[in-house]
Order: sequence, then C-alpha cells, then structure tokens
Amino acid sequence: MHPVLRTVLQRLGLGVLTLFVVSVVIFASLEMLPGGFAEAILGQGATPETVAAFNREIGLDRPATVRYVEWIGNIFRGDFGYSYAGLGGSIKRSVTDLIAPRLYNTFFLAIMTAIVAVPLSLILGILAALYRNSWYDRIVNSVTLTTIATPEFFIAYLLMFFFAIRNKWFYSLSTVSDTTDFIEHIYRAALPAITLMLVIVAHMMRMTRAALINLLASPYMEMAQLKGVPRREAIIKHALPNAWAPIATVIAFNLAYLVVGVVVVEVVYVYPGIGQLMVDSVSSRDMPVVQACALIFAATYIFLNLLADIISIVTNPRLLHPK
Amino acid sequence: MKSEKQRVRGETLLEIRGLRIEGNSDGVWHPIVKGVDLSLKRGEVLGLIGESGAGKSTIGLAAMGFARPGCRIIDGSILFDGIDLRAAGEEDKRTLWGSRIAYVAQSAAAAFNPAHKIIDQTVETAVRRGVMDRGKAVADAVDLYRRLQLPEPAHIGERYPHQVSGGQLQRAMTAMAMSCRPDLIIFDEPTTALDVTTQVEVLAAMRDIVEQFHTAAIYITHDLAVVAQMADRIMVLRHGREVEEAPTRVMLSEPREDYTKTLWAVRKLAKPESVSDDIVLSVRNVDASYSGVVKVLDNVTVGLPRGRTVAVVGESGSGKSTLARVITGILPPSRGEILFNGKPLSRALNERDKDTLRRIQMIYQSADTSLNPRQTIRDIIGRPLEFYQGVQGAARDRRVAELLDSIEMDESYIDRLPTELSGGQKQRISIARALAAEPDIIICDEVTSALDQIVQEEILTLLMRLQKDTNVSYLFITHDIATVRAIADEIVVMHQGKVVQQGPKSQVLNPPHPAYTELLLSSVPQMDPDWLTNLLARRAAGKAGA
Amino acid sequence: MTAQSPQLRQVRARRSLWESTRRTLSSAPFSAWFGMIVILLYVIAAVFAPWIAPYGEAEIVGKAYQPPGPEFWFGTDQIGRDLFSRLIYGARNTIGIAFLTTLLSFAVGGTLGVLTALKRGWLDQGISRVVDAFLAIPVLIFALMLLAVFGKSIVNLILILALLDSTRVFRLARATALDVVVMDYVEAAKLRGEGMGWIIFKEVLPNILPPLITEFGLRFCFVFLTIASLSFLGVGIQPPTADWGSMVAESKTLITFPVRTFPWIPAPFYPALAIAILTVAINFVVDWFLHKTSGLRDEV
Repeated sequence: MHPVLRTVLQRLGLGVLTLFVVSVVIFASLEMLPGGFAEAILGQGATPETVAAFNREIGLDRPATVRYVEWIGNIFRGDFGYSYAGLGGSIKRSVTDLIAPRLYNTFFLAIMTAIVAVPLSLILGILAALYRNSWYDRIVNSVTLTTIATPEFFIAYLLMFFFAIRNKWFYSLSTVSDTTDFIEHIYRAALPAITLMLVIVAHMMRMTRAALINLLASPYMEMAQLKGVPRREAIIKHALPNAWAPIATVIAFNLAYLVVGVVVVEVVYVYPGIGQLMVDSVSSRDMPVVQACALIFAATYIFLNLLADIISIVTNPRLLHPK
Repeated sequence: MKSEKQRVRGETLLEIRGLRIEGNSDGVWHPIVKGVDLSLKRGEVLGLIGESGAGKSTIGLAAMGFARPGCRIIDGSILFDGIDLRAAGEEDKRTLWGSRIAYVAQSAAAAFNPAHKIIDQTVETAVRRGVMDRGKAVADAVDLYRRLQLPEPAHIGERYPHQVSGGQLQRAMTAMAMSCRPDLIIFDEPTTALDVTTQVEVLAAMRDIVEQFHTAAIYITHDLAVVAQMADRIMVLRHGREVEEAPTRVMLSEPREDYTKTLWAVRKLAKPESVSDDIVLSVRNVDASYSGVVKVLDNVTVGLPRGRTVAVVGESGSGKSTLARVITGILPPSRGEILFNGKPLSRALNERDKDTLRRIQMIYQSADTSLNPRQTIRDIIGRPLEFYQGVQGAARDRRVAELLDSIEMDESYIDRLPTELSGGQKQRISIARALAAEPDIIICDEVTSALDQIVQEEILTLLMRLQKDTNVSYLFITHDIATVRAIADEIVVMHQGKVVQQGPKSQVLNPPHPAYTELLLSSVPQMDPDWLTNLLARRAAGKAGA
Repeated sequence: MTAQSPQLRQVRARRSLWESTRRTLSSAPFSAWFGMIVILLYVIAAVFAPWIAPYGEAEIVGKAYQPPGPEFWFGTDQIGRDLFSRLIYGARNTIGIAFLTTLLSFAVGGTLGVLTALKRGWLDQGISRVVDAFLAIPVLIFALMLLAVFGKSIVNLILILALLDSTRVFRLARATALDVVVMDYVEAAKLRGEGMGWIIFKEVLPNILPPLITEFGLRFCFVFLTIASLSFLGVGIQPPTADWGSMVAESKTLITFPVRTFPWIPAPFYPALAIAILTVAINFVVDWFLHKTSGLRDEV
C-alpha cells in the first residue's frame, strides 16, 4: 500500500477511535450522575413512584452496555432521544427536532465568520511574518495579544454598545427564525460574527506568523535567496509547498476554537444556536440535550483536526515520494 | 594535479578590503569579523580555515554581499569583478547570485527544498536566468551529475532530496552551483557532516569540477588536511582576524605563526604503545538491538586491559556508541556476556550494585548536554563523592578543589555554572566528575570531537596524564584516526555492528589490513597537498589491477 | 593550589538573589512593568478585600440601579448592592478560585507529566491515550456537560476545571520533561545509580521550571477566562457570591440605558474590564518572561 494511503487510513482509524472514546465518555457522564438526580430534576415534590417512572423512562434499570449500543445506534439514525423537559408529560419533545434548526443557525454563524476570518488572518499573518519587527508587526502583535486576553463577552458587549446602542447600525439582539430570509439572517448575525472574527483572527494571525517565520528561517529558504530567486518567487515556489501542513493545522485549530467561541457569543446576542441551547439545558440539567450538543461539538472538533492531519499527510513530500 | 602557476591565471576576480561585520545577540552588537582583506584571482581556490568563532562562514557569505539575519556588514569594500557588492542593490546582487557567484552549504539535506525534485532545483537558476532552455539545462545537469560521479546520472535528478544519501546530495548541490558556470563558488564546510570514506569521493568530485571549468572558489573548513587538497592558497583566521596567508605548500611546510601549528596539534600527539594481558573488562560475543529488529551489534568481542586505552573506531552507524550503551547497562545485550574484573556483569543497569556502578564511569561527547546547566561545579563534581564515598561538607569541598587542581583548573571555579565555562573547561569538569568516583574504567564517547584542535590536544594530554597517575582504563570511542593515533594502545575497528579488526595500535595501523580498515585509514586526509591525487591514483590502479 | 589549604576562598561570590532580581527588573520593558504593577494591585485587592471595600459583599445598601456618585463610586446593582465593593470582593473570589484551580491542575498534570516522561512504558501509553481523548473535546463544552451532571457548585467547578486543564498541563510537562530526560546529564545520573527522587527533583525539575512557570501564567489566564465565561453563562460561580463573570450577566440590561454621570461607563463594563486588564497584564509579563528565560547565563 502507498505510504500516504496507509498513513491516512491510520489517522482516520485513530479519529474514529477517538470519537468512540469521546462518545463513551459522554454517555458515561449519565452513569456518573450522583444519587438523587431524578429528585433534583423532578423537584422537591416528587413521589417515589414518579422517581421510579423517571428512572425507567431514561433506562437506568437496564445494563449500561445495552443502553450505549442502543443510544449510539439511534444517533446513527439521527435520533438523539427525548428531552427531559417533556418527560412524564403528554408531549415528548424529540432532541433532534430541538437541535436541527439551531444547528443550522450555529453553522450559519460559524461559516459566515470563517469565510471572512480565514483569508483575512492568513493575509495579515503572512504580512507580519514577511515584515517581521516592522512597525506593522509590532502594532499587530500588541493588538492581537490584547484581543486574545480579553473575554469574548466583553468584546461582544463593547461591539453591541457602540454599534447597536450608541449607533443603531445593527440589532442588539440577533433573533432569527426559520422564516428569516438569507440576507436578513446575515445582517442579524453580523455582530456575533464580527465578535467571533476579532477573536479568531487574532489567534489565527499569530499562529500563521509563527509558523511562517519558522518556515522562512529554514536553510533551503536561504539557499533559494543565494541562488538568486526573487523573494516573491521564493515564497511561492519554495515556502508555499511546505506551508500547507502548518497552515492547515492553524486553520483547523482555530475553526475548532470557533466552535467553542459560539457558545458565549450566542448567549450575549441571544442568537438561537446550539450553544445557547446547551447552556439552557445545562441549567435545567436536561441531559439528553446536553449530551447531543456535546457530541456534536466534539465531533466537529475531532473532524476538523482530522482534516488538518490528513492535509499535512498528503502534502508531505517524504510520504508522497517514499524511498 | 596541475601546479598553482598553471591554474591561477588572469585578473583579480574578488577583492575584499577592511571587511568588518557585527553580529547581534540579545540586542547587543558585537564584532565578528574585525578587518579582513582578501583577494582572489580567476580560477583560484582560496582555503579559509579557522576554528569555531573565527568568522570564516560569515566572510564566505560576505563575499557574495550577503549577511545572515542578525549580522550586518559595517565597514570595508567588496568588489566582485569590478562590481561593488556593498553598494549594489538587492536586485543587482540577485542577478549575480546563482549565476555568477554560487553557494554550496554545509548541510545539503537541509539546503535542498524537500518539496521539489533534485533536477528541478539544479536547473532552477539556469532556466530562470535564461542561460539555457529547460531541455538543455536538464541535459547539462545530467552531464554535471556524471562528471561528479553520481550513480545513474540520467535518473538521479528525478528523485527527491530525502531519497538520496548525504554524500550524493552534497555532490548534487555542487552540480546545482555549477549549472550557470559561475565565476566563483563558495563552499561552506561541504564535507564536515560526512563520514571520511564518503568525504573522499565528494572532495575528489568537487575538486575536479572546479578545475575543469576553471572556477574560482572559496573553500571554508576547520580541517587543514582537507583544505590542503582543495586550495591553491590558504588563509588562517582566528577571532575574526587574519592570522596568516600563504600558498598551500608553504603554509604546510613552513607556517609562520604558532597559532597555525596548533591547527594540527592532535596529529603531533602519539602515545607510545603499551600492551597488557591484565584484562579488566571483557565483552564476549555480544549482540544488541533497538526494538529487537535490526542488530546494531553483531557478535562483538572486545577486551580492555587495565591501565590501557582501547580506541573503538568506526563511522556513523558502525555500532560504536551502542557498544558503550551495552557496557554501561543502558541497553541490555540480547546475547553474549560482559566480564568485569573476571566476574559477569549484570546486563541491566538497575541490577548492578553501587560499587560496580562506581567503577565504570562515562564521559560524553557534548559537555553542554552532560552537565546539568542548573548545578554549580561544586554540586556536579561533589555529587559522586557524596554518593559513593559519603564525603560531605567541607571535606567534600576540599576534595572537589583537589579534583579541580588535577584537571588543571583553579578552585575559584567551584561556584560557577557550566554555562559560564568554555567548551574545553566544561569537558574538563566532565572528566573530574568521572574521576571523583575513582573508577576502574572510563568510557569516553567522542569526548573531543566537538572541540577545537588545540583544546582537543590539551584534553587528550590531560587524559593520558590522569591514566598514568591513576591507572584507569579508557574505552575511547571516536571516528577520528588522529585521535586514535594520539591516545590508543589498542584499536578496535567497527563496521556495521561487527568488529572488523582488533589489535595493538602498531599492528592495526600498519599493513596488511582487512579491506575495510584499509578503506577507512586511507580515507583520512593527510597534511600533504598531493594526498588526494595519490590516493585516487592508487585506488584507480587497484581497480584496474583487479 | 595544594590539598592542605583548609579554607576555600570564594573568588567570585554569586550574586545575591535580591541583586539579581533587581537587575532583571531594571531591564524590564514598559509593558512588563505595567503588567507587574497591575497584578500587584489585583493581589492587594484580593487579599485585603474586606478592609478596602466600603460595603459588604452581599450587603444591600441602597436602591437598585443607583448611578455612580460620591456614596457609591460605581453605582449599585439590580438589588441595591454597591458595585465597587462587589468588584473588590470579585477579585478575591474570581482570582482565588482560578488560582486554586490552576494550582490543582499543575499539581496533578505536572507530576504525572514528569513521571511518565521518566518512566515511559505502559503507564505513559495509558495516560497519554486517555489525555488525547480528553483533548479531543473543548474544555468549555466538557465543563458545561460535567456541570450539568454534578450540579453547579464552586467545589465542582474547581474540580472539573482542574481535571480538564490538567490534561493540557500534562501534555506540556511531559513534552518539556522529555526534552530534558534525553539529556546526557540525566543518563549520567542514572549511570551513577541515583534514585527517582534525585533525578526528578535535582536533575529534571530545575530545568523545566522556567517553561512551567510561563505556562502557569498562561494556564491561569485560560482558567480564569473559562471560569468568567461559565459564570457569565450562569453555570459557574453562583450568586450571591460576587464574581466578575456573573456580575456582567446580572447587569447586562444596564448596557441599553444611557449613563449620564462620570465616568460614563455602563455598569457591565466594570467587571468585564477588570477581567480584561488582568489577563492582558499577565500576558505582558509572560511575554517578557519568555524572552528572559531563553538564556540561563548570569550576565556579567
């Protein structure tokens, strides 16, 4: 088998394994529930009968392995179970129905952010690396350091204050529904997206700069210069083919970071995404929803890192052209 | 080889006057090159020689009008064929670089771009400058590969840099430098990273091609014997200044400055051989491997007599360092046994008692990594005293001072940190630490190879004196034949995990040799400008005869 | 010298700790100075909170939403507590909890990291695989999930975040220690027959301390921000304990009201600024420390 294919398959296998372990951990979190969980959920007035019914409903009377297989099997069919909120009542609310529209909103926000943030930060990072120690580099360095050190909700409220309250350019609350049209959706999601962009760009730019400086310091770049290759050509022809791996890693890392960043930003702007849903469910200890959200976040995270690894593998000349 | 007069003709190509270069460390500029003059005629090869910190590479790059990041040329003139390289703009220099002045770096493996084929990198400059079209450039590169005696010259260029060996890559880089037929090539320590047997081929190839195309060259190295083969003229540098300059033969036969003589200091050492039957350590039929797959040691048998020095010599991958790891117990052997003072030695480190551990000490190649940078000299030398003999407090300090005295260092060093010492001093501290244990044997793993010649000589002399004083045995692992000559009583030649030959120094170093010993010994450059020529002639004759 | 001389004279006494600290500080850039002064002020505020704060932490002292004035410097919150006092107590709570968490995470992650780097073998393999799985989930998401399971309390918060963060510390400690463990001086100590304790505390630890201290600063920032975020989301530190994250959330509606008095800053920005200034300050100091520790030389 070609080494590239073999390494990619190995990496894929490892990704699936990680996902499996993570799903077990998420599933097991329910097992770690302290005693009296049902009482806590159902409130003070719960009778022993309702507690028993609740436990039966969530399946605590059957062995864990059976329930895991059932749980993961259902998830493969897109069924995340039922929310606790409707348990015992007449209307059972399916977690999938709860999540689907919000997942769309979250991805909408994340993709919208990424489309602007990724190219922007790559360009800024490359410029900072090329003009290292210039005034541009210094300013960008301290600005991004400050941005990174600032909590997302602070940036979010600052933007809200200046662009939605002082100047009414945007809505301070990003309410959207499934009837909101595409352009309107973009407009309403603009402030959350800009908030996320500021944070992501700062991170991604710094990492791009560091990775490139590392690359530009390699002996073959000096050799290219001493062979009389013009700087621009040296970067395109000699640095770029070796830059895919570090750049892919930087992008994946930051998109994964984006996945986490949405939680806080969604809450600030009351944007109906999966992050806000998760926070609400944590407060009400609605475990099936929490588990579903956690699994989706983790899977996205793992998938992005896997993608970066695969890009590094398929652009590695040592693997592409084995001895 | 043609005489210098025939080779060197024509006008001056490169003229450097009053060159001064500064380097930046921690925000402070300090001088690296302190006023150097240099001139080079067309077709002439100038050897720049000096030890670490002499500024030779910096001068070599400055000859191209280039200063590495963190360096700046502050004064002097650099005229290349009438062009003032200090005044020239980046654009002007770029048209010269690669086409009229070319550079061959020390590590070809790092200087080749891993993402492109060798042939593409070889012809890059020629094609971009429009010297030739790609088809012609490739044909020319194949011709250069052939002249440089690369295997399969027509196909080797299709490979990627990581697919060929270090010696081949170094020759490919020479082809790359030659592709535009430059007037001047800067060779920056091109063979330093290579084994001696590989070095011979690369040296021969580089010398021939420079001669064939009548290219001027600056050859930078720290090895006088190497530069003697390559250069018409040699300039000795020290601390950024010229020590002296002379035609090669004059420099070798009658150097004016004392410093120049120290450049081959180790070669003047020769311990009188002394053989003994009192074996303190005996390695018998030992096999060893990492991860159990590839045998790194294959049926190795070595004996170390008491109070004597056995030099284990071999190239990289010969298993000589693995032998040290097996004896110290870090890598338990998979077969065979080791006898120490007549008794079997436990295979693994943690099965050995304290007294056995004390009796076998080790000194490493790099004192930078073998001395803990966070401990003072007092702690470093004092620890074995405390640990093995239970000496503490003032008594320990007194003993540390004695040990410092025995390695010819002042007791005032006792509170220093290793980072505050020079390379030679650090290696002395390593020796004192080993001595503190009062061992029967000391394993020395390439202990002098990171040091300058004069320091090497001092360390070797010290080791021999200490042996006389304490009757300690040395197992001396090295790749350098000059060191072997200087210090050994017996020699073990290793190749690919096997012992090729073992015997008293006089026997191993003199014919008849096994084939590998012959190859190894004959490949060591000699202080004779005709050595390479004669060696190649001999080898050619041998092949023709066979 | 001769062996008889009983007294060792010290030609070059080492610089005292005080002097070398003074030297180091005098070379610090402005940003580092700013950072250190800010951190010092925060620590003073945290330690002496009860003496500095004009009112109690949960004391209702006025009407709700009073504007800033001589009585209440930063105004009052939604139930009439003094914002300035709560900010100062917030320093104590938020910083204290973050510091405790980071300490715990370093104790667990750091020890295991160094130990596995030295021992290698199946223990190393096992722990590393588990840590890899933990690293595959973002901290905030994992923390949210575990808080849902175990309930919102300060002890749970500290334990959960310390556990999650210790995986990151483990990775760094192990990697740094691995760099040191391959050094010849560690091998020399093993060959000498030294025990594990000596090797860890005398050979390895002094050499990995500078990067670990730097990392401590960065991890503290991260934990601090995570706690602030969790509290802001309402699942971290719970009222009535004063905490900067939840204070932002509690007063967030005030952002829409115009502030007519000096210094014209809407209430939610005070705690948010308090967080931002501290993390920026720590980052400045860490940045400088990183430059500083690249060399060990005792400069002459």
